[in-house]
Amino acid sequence: MSTQQQEPETQEAPKDPDMKGAQSPQDRRLAEKESGAIDEESEKQAELEGETVHIKVFRYDPEVEGKQEPRFDDFHVPFEKGMTVLDAVMYARDEYDSSLTFRHSCRQAVCGSDAFFVNGKQRLGCKTQISDLEQPVRIEPLPHQEVVKDLVVDMSHFYDQMHAVEPYFQDEDTPDVNDLEEQRQSPENREKIKMSSRCIWCGACMSSCNIAAGDNKYLGPAAINKAYKFAMDDRESEEIKEHRLRILEQEHGVWRCQTQFSCTEVCPKDIPLTEHIQELKREAVKKNLKFW
Amino acid sequence: MYEHDVIVVGAGGAGLRAAIAAHEAGADTALVSKLHPVRSHTGAAEGGINAALQEGDDWELHAYDTMKGSDYLGDAPAVETLAQDAPEETMHLEHWGMPFSREEDGRVSQRPFGGLSYPRTTYAGAETGHHLLHTMYEQVVKRGIQVYDEWYVMNLATTDEPDPNDRECHGVVAYDVQSGNIEGFKANQGVVLATGGPGQAFDHTTNAVSCTGDGHAMAYRAGAPLEDMEFIQFHPTSLPSTGVLISEGVRGEGGILYNSEGERFMFEYGYANNSGELASRDVVARAELTEVDEGRGIEDEYVHLDMRHLGEERIMDRLENILHLAEDFEGVDGLVEPMPVKPGQHYAMGGIETDENGQTCIDGLYAAGECACVSVHGGNRLGGNALPELIVFGKRAGRHAAGEDLGEAEIRTGYGDDAEDEDDTEFPVTPGKAGLDEVDEAIAADGGVAADAEGLLERAVERERARVDRLLDRDEGVQHAEIRSKLQQAMTDYVNVFRTEDGIKKALEIIRECRQEYQNVYVDDPSRTFNTDLQHTIETRNLIDVAETIALGALVRNEFRGAHWRQENQIRDDENWLKHTMVSWDGGEPSVWYRPVILEGQDKTYEPKERSY
Repeated sequence: MSTQQQEPETQEAPKDPDMKGAQSPQDRRLAEKESGAIDEESEKQAELEGETVHIKVFRYDPEVEGKQEPRFDDFHVPFEKGMTVLDAVMYARDEYDSSLTFRHSCRQAVCGSDAFFVNGKQRLGCKTQISDLEQPVRIEPLPHQEVVKDLVVDMSHFYDQMHAVEPYFQDEDTPDVNDLEEQRQSPENREKIKMSSRCIWCGACMSSCNIAAGDNKYLGPAAINKAYKFAMDDRESEEIKEHRLRILEQEHGVWRCQTQFSCTEVCPKDIPLTEHIQELKREAVKKNLKFW
Repeated sequence: MYEHDVIVVGAGGAGLRAAIAAHEAGADTALVSKLHPVRSHTGAAEGGINAALQEGDDWELHAYDTMKGSDYLGDAPAVETLAQDAPEETMHLEHWGMPFSREEDGRVSQRPFGGLSYPRTTYAGAETGHHLLHTMYEQVVKRGIQVYDEWYVMNLATTDEPDPNDRECHGVVAYDVQSGNIEGFKANQGVVLATGGPGQAFDHTTNAVSCTGDGHAMAYRAGAPLEDMEFIQFHPTSLPSTGVLISEGVRGEGGILYNSEGERFMFEYGYANNSGELASRDVVARAELTEVDEGRGIEDEYVHLDMRHLGEERIMDRLENILHLAEDFEGVDGLVEPMPVKPGQHYAMGGIETDENGQTCIDGLYAAGECACVSVHGGNRLGGNALPELIVFGKRAGRHAAGEDLGEAEIRTGYGDDAEDEDDTEFPVTPGKAGLDEVDEAIAADGGVAADAEGLLERAVERERARVDRLLDRDEGVQHAEIRSKLQQAMTDYVNVFRTEDGIKKALEIIRECRQEYQNVYVDDPSRTFNTDLQHTIETRNLIDVAETIALGALVRNEFRGAHWRQENQIRDDENWLKHTMVSWDGGEPSVWYRPVILEGQDKTYEPKERSY
């Protein structure tokens, strides 16, 4: 869990924006541990023991009378240690209202199905501890996407953008598979693409991005990060890298980014999205590609 | 009605690989999945892909380890196919850009895993499944293969000859989750089921909420037998509060298990004097529960997995994901304290009976991946053997469905002259159908046999539409969540790591109650739009069917083999039990029968040896 997710709701002290870029998530965890933040967390958990948690969930269904006008429903869910936002909405669905609708599957932050807008911020339901949030906890669908029903949004535009960057490895010169010979890659180069390869397509970044909200054609942070993964991979040739940069430097590509860092802040996998976009801008300049 | 040559149901590792293979073989191929492909549970696999890639390693060693790990219940032709094809298939993934972890010389990294005689587990951090899934989805996008995502396949369209071996599958009926439309998908050449595991039959599981055994149940009801269903793997290291998996990679890298006394119990109590923490998963899971039962557990529930001594650098390099999981889902920092772990349902070794080409006994119906039982894993799957199974047998099923000749299979399918009937065991309750299926009866009364594939599909669509109408129209009764939770609890209470005859019988009685209650199930949400209440209600029916086969298998197999332990007979009984347990639906009156295991390989016979680690 990153402090980015906890801060707005749990810490009274003014936020220190410089902390974010400089520290790895692990550093932050250790720092928290030393400062006693984690002890505070367990205290908070203990306080809630035996209590109920108040959640307000966005409801909408285009074809059911009474739900055609969006509204919020209140649920009071018995708290259990370790309860996440996803646990709470699942409990509300299974015990109170089976029509409460949201996507979810793996429960461990890898399938990327359950990005919601929780207390005003894009978060994965399954990795957000409810005890870290101010009550009532307001749970809404991701902004800037069409709502299909309750917390379910139409992801097709997100997928279209992901597909627009030729999101597949391209190299004609791979060794013959029968020789069982791999393409060589240095551990350093693998490390270089590691963070970019962790994307789980949850759409939190795209939803948080003001530019994407105003420009429907903007590729958006997730798709650009996907392209980064390939462009920085030494296994692809320089020629293909140039081809990728041409896709990215088009009118609705990297140059649209205004480095507001909102995508980086909400990414549940701690991918430095803004940095990746900046790096691609520099690469495009190096290659003398025109920019807008 | 939609129409394609090959329809692949499910878009995890096996489904994606099958679709790529069928497409490459020239078939018009479509993937139909209740999830968008990248949401599939393959993405949660952490450890790696076993493949004999290095000098000094050999596919025969891999086959030997797998057969030993299976406790001699794997079929040799399947085991050897896996070991032979895994290296090439792993290389394909590398050539498709999968970001494997690397050595200094630029080659892919491999690490030791439980039960392996050579460090051959090829990995990409502790997120190998995530990378495998995304890499193959990229290839599906590249090839422009049609994907119907968030379409839930409800049933198969198969003919209904009295003998399942004479039946044919011509397609599937699916429900568009977004719109509620129910449509037929005609498959001109074949249907490949790749629907994953049935973990949601249990309460404490590492499996996703979507792992509901849909393919198992559909194939079973259509007449394909389910094989070796009692063999359920309980992973020794799942987090106690959520069931989230902590990879075997932690122990592969040197992680140590301790009891509440701080003893390294795998050695100190002699559970596995040679391999310790890296003994086969079933051995470690039983050891942990024995420690807890004997009062040496922590909070009477779990043991500790410690990796602190590996050092921050190595942990960050190879196991970083584990730190995030332990932190986010258990509030524990693996760098400064040991992680609490306990066994959790993880994997089903059994599944839909197939041969090594992925074919079931029903013509045109294939299965691959966790939903299938080919059988590679037998009584116990080795860590790192699930991912190669997906790519090796996913590919074979896809190619065969697309009409490629892979040679005649050595493994037989369907009830035949090598079958032995089960007639010794008394069941506490009659398994199978609970009363008449009104929808089936109504449709059957409505007309004769469909003349062609299209007619067959139309009738199947009509049947599913009627079933859904009925669930939505009813406005009182019991809701599925109540039944599902009761079922899961019964399975975790009575068909877990340690099994007794009385316990399993109790489970069968509760499963029966669940079936009866399901007769009165209703869906409260009246909407056609994204009605997950409806989808989950249909899934729960599948879970009941699958759970029943697991309990039936567990009851009849009175021996201790691999992951299946029976209190009444705690020895491996090779004289009587070198055979697969088969359960056939038989039109709603299930029967149990057996088929001998095949231990004769290409060049040698695998003689059962004691499985010590």
